[in-house]
Amino acid sequence: MASTSPARISIEDAAGINVTREEALDWFRKMSLIRRFEERAEEAYGQGKIGGFLHLYIGEEAVAVGAMAALQPEDDVITHYRDHGYVLARGVEPKRVMAELYGKATGLSKGKGGSMHMADVRRHLWGGYAIVGGHIPLATGLALAIQYRKLPQIVACFFGDGATNAGTFYSGLNLAAVWKLPLIAIVENNHYGMGTALERVSAVDEVYRKASSFDIPGVRIDGNDVLAVRDAVRRMADQSRNGGGPQLIEAMTYRFRGHSMGDPQRYRTKEEVEEAKSRDPIARWRSTVQENDLATEDELRKIGDEVEAEVEEAVRFAENSPAPDPGELCNDVLVSE
Amino acid sequence: MPTDVIMPSLGFDMTEGLLARWLKNEGDPVVKGQAIAEIETEKATVEIEATVSGLLARIVVQAGETVPVGTLIGVIAEAGVEPTAVSSPAPTAPPSSPPPSPAAPAPPAPVPEAGEGAAPSEARVKASPVARKMAEEAGLDLSRIKGTGPGGRVVERDVQAAIATGSTPAAPGVPAGPAPGATVPLNRMRKTIARRMAESKTTAPHFYVTVEINMDDAMKMREQLNGVAPEGERISVSDMVVAAAARTLVRFPALNASYREDNLEMHPQVNIGIAVALEDGLIPPVLRDADKKPLKRIAAESRALADRARTNKLRSDDLWGGTFTVSNLGMFDVDEFIAIINPPEAAILAVGAVTRRPVAAAGEVRIASLMKTTLSVDHRVADGAQAGRFLQEFKKLLENPVTLLTG
Amino acid sequence: MAQKTYRDAIREALREEMLRDENVLIMGEEVGVWGGTYAVTRGLYGEFGDKRILDTPIAEEAIVGTAVGAAMGGLRPVAELMTINFSLVAMDQIVNNAAKIHAMFGSQARVPLVIRTPAGWGQLAATHSQSFEAWFAHVPGLIVVMPSTPYDAKGLLKTAIRSDNPVMFIEHARLYGVKGEVPDGEYTLPFGVSDIKRPGRDVTIVSYSRMLHVALSAADELAKTGIECEVIDLRTLRPLDMAPVYDSVEKTHRVLILEEDWTTCGMGAEIAARISHDRFDLLDVPVERMGQIEVPMPYARNLEALMFPDEKSVAQKVMEMVA
Repeated sequence: MASTSPARISIEDAAGINVTREEALDWFRKMSLIRRFEERAEEAYGQGKIGGFLHLYIGEEAVAVGAMAALQPEDDVITHYRDHGYVLARGVEPKRVMAELYGKATGLSKGKGGSMHMADVRRHLWGGYAIVGGHIPLATGLALAIQYRKLPQIVACFFGDGATNAGTFYSGLNLAAVWKLPLIAIVENNHYGMGTALERVSAVDEVYRKASSFDIPGVRIDGNDVLAVRDAVRRMADQSRNGGGPQLIEAMTYRFRGHSMGDPQRYRTKEEVEEAKSRDPIARWRSTVQENDLATEDELRKIGDEVEAEVEEAVRFAENSPAPDPGELCNDVLVSE
Repeated sequence: MPTDVIMPSLGFDMTEGLLARWLKNEGDPVVKGQAIAEIETEKATVEIEATVSGLLARIVVQAGETVPVGTLIGVIAEAGVEPTAVSSPAPTAPPSSPPPSPAAPAPPAPVPEAGEGAAPSEARVKASPVARKMAEEAGLDLSRIKGTGPGGRVVERDVQAAIATGSTPAAPGVPAGPAPGATVPLNRMRKTIARRMAESKTTAPHFYVTVEINMDDAMKMREQLNGVAPEGERISVSDMVVAAAARTLVRFPALNASYREDNLEMHPQVNIGIAVALEDGLIPPVLRDADKKPLKRIAAESRALADRARTNKLRSDDLWGGTFTVSNLGMFDVDEFIAIINPPEAAILAVGAVTRRPVAAAGEVRIASLMKTTLSVDHRVADGAQAGRFLQEFKKLLENPVTLLTG
Repeated sequence: MAQKTYRDAIREALREEMLRDENVLIMGEEVGVWGGTYAVTRGLYGEFGDKRILDTPIAEEAIVGTAVGAAMGGLRPVAELMTINFSLVAMDQIVNNAAKIHAMFGSQARVPLVIRTPAGWGQLAATHSQSFEAWFAHVPGLIVVMPSTPYDAKGLLKTAIRSDNPVMFIEHARLYGVKGEVPDGEYTLPFGVSDIKRPGRDVTIVSYSRMLHVALSAADELAKTGIECEVIDLRTLRPLDMAPVYDSVEKTHRVLILEEDWTTCGMGAEIAARISHDRFDLLDVPVERMGQIEVPMPYARNLEALMFPDEKSVAQKVMEMVA
């Protein structure tokens, strides 16, 4: 019987700069791309071009970008519904994501999924799921398939702090721990489940300590430090890949926008949001890059301009793409056999 | 548990009753609430209903016997219990198909007695869908068939019985009229016809103009065309009339118009309504742009319209936008008749039969094919002279029918 | 042909498919060491080991969710829910994940999953005696199978395991011991094909699962009185094959639907609606439905006995319909 040693759960910082110039600029580009993409999605939503719910990733970009930098391209990724950042960070063309938001035939899921259901299975992106915690057992199952088929990859399952009080968090991770599955759970703690602060509804509000329920390693990191995220995910992924079973990472972050569009945000003060913006992951990385002479101001500005152009192209593509053919309506319900 | 059926008391002064007839035979299944026998008293004939469902296991008192109130007259056994257990022979095997359901009661003859399943007191006869369909196909009037189903519903076996006992179905094509002396509520179509025709006669001042047309050339042309045409593409006299009327209307737009509160609305298209007689009414589906269509196409389209009208498959498009109507009763050997204008149109053409009659021409009498048509016109829209000129032109077209062949 | 029980026929299907395809695995509560609470998986653990027969905790959302994920990841899991009553715990996984993933992601992913679970009762009271097949049959993206005989159960389960779609395979606890002909050779049965279990000309009885047997007994009883019932077994509830039902109504003009479920919003309601729409002119009496009394299942044996239609009440109903 294993006992929980305090050493298995800890709070970590980034170990220090150990990136190449290409990596540094790539992360800056991807975080900027997500930021700009989300701003333009917000605009398009305001113009009525995007429907349904829209959950923006603004402020949390370092988590997706840092995690994807650490994972292998064939590692399975399964996420919650604030999911635009993950697919963009893995390199899906922004125009296909924007077209999905527009509900166009050229979207990632042919316009059938929308904002909350971004999947690109060829890139091992198994989709966003819109029931809080509902996808955690699916991650367990994907990891079971990997173990069963003796494949080299792992599963990275992203969810928010709110999901850690759902039954699926416990039942899904418990099974993964019992079977020692190759799975890392990345909890993006942005402090609020919709508008409810975690400490108001969670008996334990340091999520990384919940790892001790399953006797698996759990760490808390600064989720606004892209390097810290990359390092932690890389280390935990290696452990899991080498038979160490599931791991849990709590990435502390903050969303600068409401939970979704039209959130009156009565649960937090403007001052709190402004204070959080002082830890903006993109601004921080920009300074780090400059302080370490990894890129010039001009180079960074040029990246910003390129990202801007790419997002505009994505919007144009989405605008000009055809809506799904009505004949598509009844397709895809079952696999035809 | 078997249930006793007794001679009931139908009043404080009743002491005995006559069992007039059994409606069920021994061994028949019975349903709670179903009539199983008729009894007569000095005052009335009433039905006895089963108080439980099951089998009529035993008949104790035979038809024709008079017994005191309270006497056991029969026994109903529970279903599923072998009727033999109640000392009665099991019913024989059911007849081979097509049977009414096994162990069905003797088919009641349709009884057109007043007050007994004759004139329905409700707007709708209670009948099952299959009974309705079967009666319709056999040309039987449902209201004259006595229903033996739950609550007097006419069911399949009742219609089968009616057919078997040779109730004469009405002549094909003519709906069987309601029973004499009955009051029959109007269906929706009849109500609509009633309302619109009354409105037309009371608001549109009608006048009538009649012309007789020599149809020799038209009939000859028709014969030639139909001689080589397949069955489905034959041309009728009506088709020629529609084609001629449509072409004439182009030259007399006043008759292709509607009167609207001190204005005349001139219609941009010539859309001819063709009156189709249905079993329970009349409907004028519309043939669009009839002036632009060659005779063959008019024939094909009007045939399709009539088919859809008769099978109740008309689309809203078929009924909308008519500007002039043609009504032909020639097939009923009608020489001539006068039609009521179909509002808001300005005129209607009534067409009689084409008959061989003597005509005087060029100082000699010979036999020709003649047809009389009468134009009814709304005097608010047009006058006698316009109507006369219209008919003159119309007659000319039919007497030189080749022009009808092109669009 | 060999006589086998419904239970053994299902086990045979599982075993044959596990031997045929190494990606087939079984997971659920007590499916391994215990051998299945209804002994369906008995012996498989010994034969296939704990890598292919997975004992799980008592957590249906994890069982089904994990099975969905494993199916997406290339396996063919057969998840057992100990009884259909516990499917409620997994409803989100079944309805929002299993049934939706193929469509929602524009056909990028597949969920070749079978969820086996028995309906049934036996003084188990309100929460353990239910029949939810109509709930599942309501959901596009699911296939719902509910076999009545050993032969059908085996052939349909093999088809379910080979299917690339999520299948709810609903068994019946009271049928596990029922015997029937099962051939020894390899065979499968297609989804969406209703089966005429007894021909007749007077009344059409439409049923499935355990109630099918009630219908057959009632038909035997009625035959003694000269009433011949045509008994049709739906076998698959989604897709629903109405063709044999329609053919039958052409002859009988009378339909009785027997289900073990509550009738309000049940399978019978759907079947009746389809008949009235597609074959309105054939009916001679209203379409009748019989099902469970609409109360939570009582514990007492005598009360429980009143809950379902039986041979007698079915025969009685048929008598009324032909009267």
